[in-house]
Amino acid sequence: MSDVFLDLRNVVKQFSGVRALDDISLTIRSGEIHCLAGENGSGKSTLIKVISGVYRPDAGSIAIDGRTVPHLTPIGAIRHGIQVIYQDFSLFGNLSVAENLALNTELQEKRALVNWKRVHAIAATALERLGVDIDPASEVDDLSTAGRQLVAIARALMSDPRLLIMDEPTTALTRKEVETLFRIVRDIQARGIAVLFVSHKMREMLEISERISVIRNGRKVAEGPTSEFDEPKIVRHMTGHDISSETYHWQAPAGDVPPRLEVEKLTLPGKFEDLSLALRPGEIVGLSGLLGSGRTEFAKALFGLESGCTGTVKVDGKPVVIDRVETAIAAGIAYVPEDRLSEGLFLGQSIDRNILATTYAKIATATVIDRTKAAELAASSIRAMQIATPSGEKPVGQLSGGNQQRVVLARWLLTEARVLVLNGPTVGVDVGSKAEIHKIIRRLAMEKDVAVLMISDDILELVQNCNRIVVMHRGRFVETLETAETSEHRVSDMLTSFR
Amino acid sequence: MTLFRRSEVVIAAILFTAMILIGLVNPAFWQVDNLFSLLRSNVVIGIMALGVLLVMLSGGFDVSFPAFAVAAMYLTVHGMLLTGYVGVVLPFAVAILIGAVCGSINGFFVWKFKMIPLIVTLGTGAVVRGLLLGVVGTSMINIDRFPPVLIDFAKAEVFTLTKADGTHSGLTAMVLVYFALALGVHLMLRHTMIGRSIYALGGGAEAATRVGFDLKKTIFFIYCLAGALAGFAGMLHCSMIWLANPRDFVGTDLEVIAAVVLGGASIFGGRGSVIGTMLGVFMLVMVKNSLIIMKVDTTWQLVVVGSIIVIATAASAWRDRGRKA
Repeated sequence: MSDVFLDLRNVVKQFSGVRALDDISLTIRSGEIHCLAGENGSGKSTLIKVISGVYRPDAGSIAIDGRTVPHLTPIGAIRHGIQVIYQDFSLFGNLSVAENLALNTELQEKRALVNWKRVHAIAATALERLGVDIDPASEVDDLSTAGRQLVAIARALMSDPRLLIMDEPTTALTRKEVETLFRIVRDIQARGIAVLFVSHKMREMLEISERISVIRNGRKVAEGPTSEFDEPKIVRHMTGHDISSETYHWQAPAGDVPPRLEVEKLTLPGKFEDLSLALRPGEIVGLSGLLGSGRTEFAKALFGLESGCTGTVKVDGKPVVIDRVETAIAAGIAYVPEDRLSEGLFLGQSIDRNILATTYAKIATATVIDRTKAAELAASSIRAMQIATPSGEKPVGQLSGGNQQRVVLARWLLTEARVLVLNGPTVGVDVGSKAEIHKIIRRLAMEKDVAVLMISDDILELVQNCNRIVVMHRGRFVETLETAETSEHRVSDMLTSFR
Repeated sequence: MTLFRRSEVVIAAILFTAMILIGLVNPAFWQVDNLFSLLRSNVVIGIMALGVLLVMLSGGFDVSFPAFAVAAMYLTVHGMLLTGYVGVVLPFAVAILIGAVCGSINGFFVWKFKMIPLIVTLGTGAVVRGLLLGVVGTSMINIDRFPPVLIDFAKAEVFTLTKADGTHSGLTAMVLVYFALALGVHLMLRHTMIGRSIYALGGGAEAATRVGFDLKKTIFFIYCLAGALAGFAGMLHCSMIWLANPRDFVGTDLEVIAAVVLGGASIFGGRGSVIGTMLGVFMLVMVKNSLIIMKVDTTWQLVVVGSIIVIATAASAWRDRGRKA
């Protein structure tokens, strides 16, 4: 197991003067599962492209099986047995699974005619090798993300690769699908194929890999067997500093202050039932539960996105009727959706416009927008949220996940929201940004007395940031835990018992 | 369930329902005369639709084909008159070539400048029409001058029925030409790598390149073949109506595109079939035919064709909604 398959020595790659890869060395042995860890923009993708021959390094050498390869091209990389599974899988959604699997072979053999029997035979062999049960006749667009990934893996394995590179393979998968994927990855390894697993998810790296390499700002900052790593250590290497894992302490305000948000017996038939909850000013309350527990429906109901609710909602002691998004905003409730990309942001529009989207009415005189005022307001928000951008004119789509999330938060803060409902606030955000976002949320709660309801799959995130955690199951609140008296383990055990 | 997932089955079901309904309202619909004339009207639109289907499968959009068809037919017939040539095969070959050359211009811009096909074909179509009228002429070539050899060719019938009252009604042999071309395109799409590369391109150009398709070849193939089919259709059209009008085929683009969309092709590319397209063409022609029988004004026919495009596109968007784009 110790023979080296791929050996990168002192690789440098520059883009217009910026060193995307700075003196990186990386060794991958045959049949090992190697994790490449790094935040977004650390140079992971550039490194993959160097290994797969897409980019030619400016300096350094690449050796495969002990022999130096001076000019690695994409075709050359494939011939040497390097296969990449991209995040988008590069599959044809409009074609059948069988055809997707067979196209490569057909093209390599320079066939002019398609023999459908052969296509199905090739596909059957490929799927059998992977040991998965997918109907080769089904259209790829009809498969789940996990299914499409399996097809992509099956296709990559057809060419008998020596190294399989998987770029963020677990991003869109459920926990169960991740387990299946890991089983398959271990199978692949058992055949002597090395796997380079690119990820920024700590737990998954520790679970699957034998070696970990961490890169930051284009440099390799750590490498070693997985047993030498733990989560804090990886985080430290990825971000360059320690991330505080203090829990959130909330002090009940003196005097008789009504709760910011009080929900009584809120019911939406078929979705949730009899939900009662009070959020006091400055509280961060976590909402945990499995997918389908009704947690997202509850959040949406608070924002007027679900119709047909019964029960009462009070904001600062005053009853409010929330039947539309407008009434929710007017009542001081803000909602940051699970999928901020599709639901929460105008990706093609500038940062400024995104931030001001809900505030235009306030900065307009007789429906004409005061441009100076708008620019000032947006600029101050960008500063307050520490959004990393040279200007507010930049389209939001070009920002990293963490910065996008800040734009959404900035928007709601301008509406002077008193209740902030966050659904998966750090999904798809890297570790460094995650910590920053947590800081911002805590500061909002503490300094502006906003009440926050935080929904997340990441139990650790809830334990670290909330003073209370409410557990939801089958449309009901089943348990309330004071964070100081509970642990990640306890919550996760509870959730597991619901399955 | 899988049977109903196939668009062709759904379209065929709708078609038969419509035929029965139309037959109930107007029993004359089922008369042999009417059916033969319906099939006859399918030929030219159908051949053009095959070309439009190719472009649409690749994710493109072609509106230049009526111009190419007019150019091919008018130039060829004009040339026949000037040279006094008598024959059928050569003129058709010339028309096909003219169409293919025009198509290759589309292919060039789509490939080289990565332009949106709709814009390219809008432009080339206008240029070709303008040049034809400006340089070659605007006068119609009607029955007094039209080459008799073409008329005789297009008069051929597959079989003729003599009815009780002694009149004849025949099915034009051009239907066979249409069916043969459709079969050819179908086999090409289904059983050749170039055909599959059209589907792959419609599924995703990036992915198609990564697998190793030569997209330049595919794009030129699509646009040349679409142009050639348009040229052929134009030539067939003038032979069938004994008239070469350089201002012909105005509004045909809309009808043909409506037929292709009606036939289940996705305007986003990657989905569609020859059988579906043929059914779509038949349905469109049938609807127009019934409107004429019911003496509906031509302006209102336009409303119907326009609505068909919108409704059919909405239906196919609805179909693809559950899938991930």
